[in-house]
Amino acid sequence: MISPANYVALAAILFVIGGVGVLVRRNALVVFMCIELMLNAVNLAFIAFARLHGDLNGQVIAFFVMVVAAAEVVVGLAILTSIFRARKSASVDDANLLKY
Amino acid sequence: MTHSMILAGSAASNTEVATFWVLAVVAVAAALGMIVTRRAVHCAVLLAVVMLILAAMYAMQGAPFLAFVQVIVYTGAVLMLFLFVMMIVGITATDSIIETIRGQRLFAGLAGIAMLVLLILVVGHATIGPAAASGPRNSSLNVNGLATLVFTTYVFPFEVTSALLITAALGAMVLAHRERTSPRPTQRMLSTRRIASGHPTPLPGPGTYAQHNAVDMPALLPDGKQSRLSVSSVLAGPMTVGGPAIAAGPEPGGGAQAAGEEQEEEQ
Repeated sequence: MISPANYVALAAILFVIGGVGVLVRRNALVVFMCIELMLNAVNLAFIAFARLHGDLNGQVIAFFVMVVAAAEVVVGLAILTSIFRARKSASVDDANLLKY
Repeated sequence: MTHSMILAGSAASNTEVATFWVLAVVAVAAALGMIVTRRAVHCAVLLAVVMLILAAMYAMQGAPFLAFVQVIVYTGAVLMLFLFVMMIVGITATDSIIETIRGQRLFAGLAGIAMLVLLILVVGHATIGPAAASGPRNSSLNVNGLATLVFTTYVFPFEVTSALLITAALGAMVLAHRERTSPRPTQRMLSTRRIASGHPTPLPGPGTYAQHNAVDMPALLPDGKQSRLSVSSVLAGPMTVGGPAIAAGPEPGGGAQAAGEEQEEEQ
């Protein structure tokens, strides 16, 4: 049987890849996708720990994480489309009006 | 538990080992591809691969309900939403290679490696024992157990979740709504604009069976030349290199060259 430690290690790797993607990529859509990757990695860790402990609390938390992630994506993409309408660009570098 | 069930369990665990390693390698490769590919569409497809693999892993770990939710909500809804927005933003959108902050990629990579080392050390140091023998791995009780927890212990977060979903739906509608700033064009205005554009007839259809059975093939004109009006500029690709003689059309920016199509097929 695969130890839950392997699943947690895989979750850590996926989380780091998603984090690097958020730091490196400029397209706001891709940044969102990398955030989704990080959330998915954390869900994998939650489910591995739920199996480790033999109860369902971790799975319920992962379920809530999915719901919150779906809401976040809906609002984030709506913001992205409105920014794209105003600026004709989906790059995170172009949305800097709040900076000054 | 009978002897045959134990035997079946050990065979299943061997299958789990093999499945885990294959899926883990593919998932990490796809995730790495996500941050390497320049086109956002390829990124979305690779993300779909990772999400489906994670769904399989949820199912392997005794979470069949979450596996299906993962497929339906993430791969079905969230990723389709991404693709729809990608159609609005531009399907050919690519990342620029220019670094806006000098050395950002290098430092991001270093920070990622440092964090990976940190997390792996933490996971390695923690004593994560073997999985519990029973509990959520009993798949027939998984949905019932989840429902009991959601409606007893977690009933208040569950209600707050409904408020969150309604707020998110309203917020998305408000943010994505656009007031019409110009009057709606009438049919007369549309026909006038069409005559004035110099191309009153509909654009020619793609030459689907001209040379290949693909919709990105340009139609052939009677003299054998290709009509660049017949292929959408999105399908024709951004690269316009060489190629056979192209019949010039009045539409600007439409490039339907054979070279561009070959590049599309290579990708």
